[in-house]
Amino acid sequence: MRVVHYLNQFFGGIGGEEQAGIPPEIRPGAVGPGRLLEQVLGDGSHVVTTIICGDNYAAENVQEVTAMVTQQVKEAQAELLVAGPCFQAGRYGTAAGAVCAAVQEDLSIPVITAMAGENPGVDLYRESIYIVDSGDDVSRMRDVLADMARLANKLAGQGVIGRPADEGYFSQGKLRSEFVENTAARRLTGMLLSKMRGEAFEAEVPIKSIEPVPAPPPVPDMSRATVAIVTDGGLVPKGNPDQIPRAFAQVWGAYSIEGMDSLQAGEYEVAHGGYDNRPVEQDPHRLVPVDVLRQMERDGLVGKLHPEFLSTTGNSNPLENSRRMGREMAARLIEAGVDSVILTST
Amino acid sequence: MEKAGIPVAQVTAMTAVAKAVGSNRIVRGQGIVNLLGDSDLPPEEEREIRKQIVRQALEALATDPAQSDP
Repeated sequence: MRVVHYLNQFFGGIGGEEQAGIPPEIRPGAVGPGRLLEQVLGDGSHVVTTIICGDNYAAENVQEVTAMVTQQVKEAQAELLVAGPCFQAGRYGTAAGAVCAAVQEDLSIPVITAMAGENPGVDLYRESIYIVDSGDDVSRMRDVLADMARLANKLAGQGVIGRPADEGYFSQGKLRSEFVENTAARRLTGMLLSKMRGEAFEAEVPIKSIEPVPAPPPVPDMSRATVAIVTDGGLVPKGNPDQIPRAFAQVWGAYSIEGMDSLQAGEYEVAHGGYDNRPVEQDPHRLVPVDVLRQMERDGLVGKLHPEFLSTTGNSNPLENSRRMGREMAARLIEAGVDSVILTST
Repeated sequence: MEKAGIPVAQVTAMTAVAKAVGSNRIVRGQGIVNLLGDSDLPPEEEREIRKQIVRQALEALATDPAQSDP
């Protein structure tokens, strides 16, 4: 099998975060984990081309990178595209998912990647492509590649793909009819009994669990605290400089309100496809209450209003994606010394 | 953000969703499209509503949610 392998700058041996901005580079043959990949794919499989791209470059230029990878795969007359494994690297996973989905769509050849469950690429692409569960331990590289190779060989050979749990990939949310021994009533009773006994059981309709986050302690004195406004209602300056999409947003923005007593209608717009934006566009304070908070700052009710508000669009967003944006926002706010947040949610 | 230790008061009209996802300090907003206001009211009254909601949010931030379960 002729294989094209997509790697990020780290696994491609170019460098770490300081090299994350590099545009795609094309190398003939296998690089880094690609050598191991050739071994586990077995005789007759060769990595003909390796494409190495910086994580930031890929995240910021998704369309260009996917088009370029598609072109390379086509020129190489490849029969398989492998991306990663990406483990927990979010930008890498997102890029790997995007190139795999694009190549599968345009060229109809098998594609495969691998990520940890927390990788935002999983929720974004699990339904359209096969993503092997890599876990987060990079030292399992060989095992993960072996899982990918086994599934890839099946995909290429039109073999029967088993259930996600048996094959080690993330569920694509597909339903497949099959004959079972017991009626639904018996199966449910069995699960209930297992649950009561504290035994393991597998739900037929798994529900995504939301991990509770303990409440951070209260702010001891608001009159000395810095408070920031964060919104998921999509308020952005006119022209939407960060191009936050109206749904499935993967980006957020930070916008200055330094020295402003109010937000001028007409200077802002709303990038949110999930509600009627007109009232907020008429008066942005209906979402981002700079006016009253500035007054409260003056009156000494709050210590300081943080000089920028953060905004994204909470619409049809995969949980992992929202978590990632929350982490990024928190990092920025902590660095700026913010003690508390008012989050306005539409 | 709460995982990073920053207390967050979430102002939302969809308090059930906020509760379901485990938000710890929830303040009910006026409505979905008029979260902190009401476009049917005169500006002064509208601002008063906004002030009240923001004040509630500040109170929530200064309170331990475990001791003030609504």
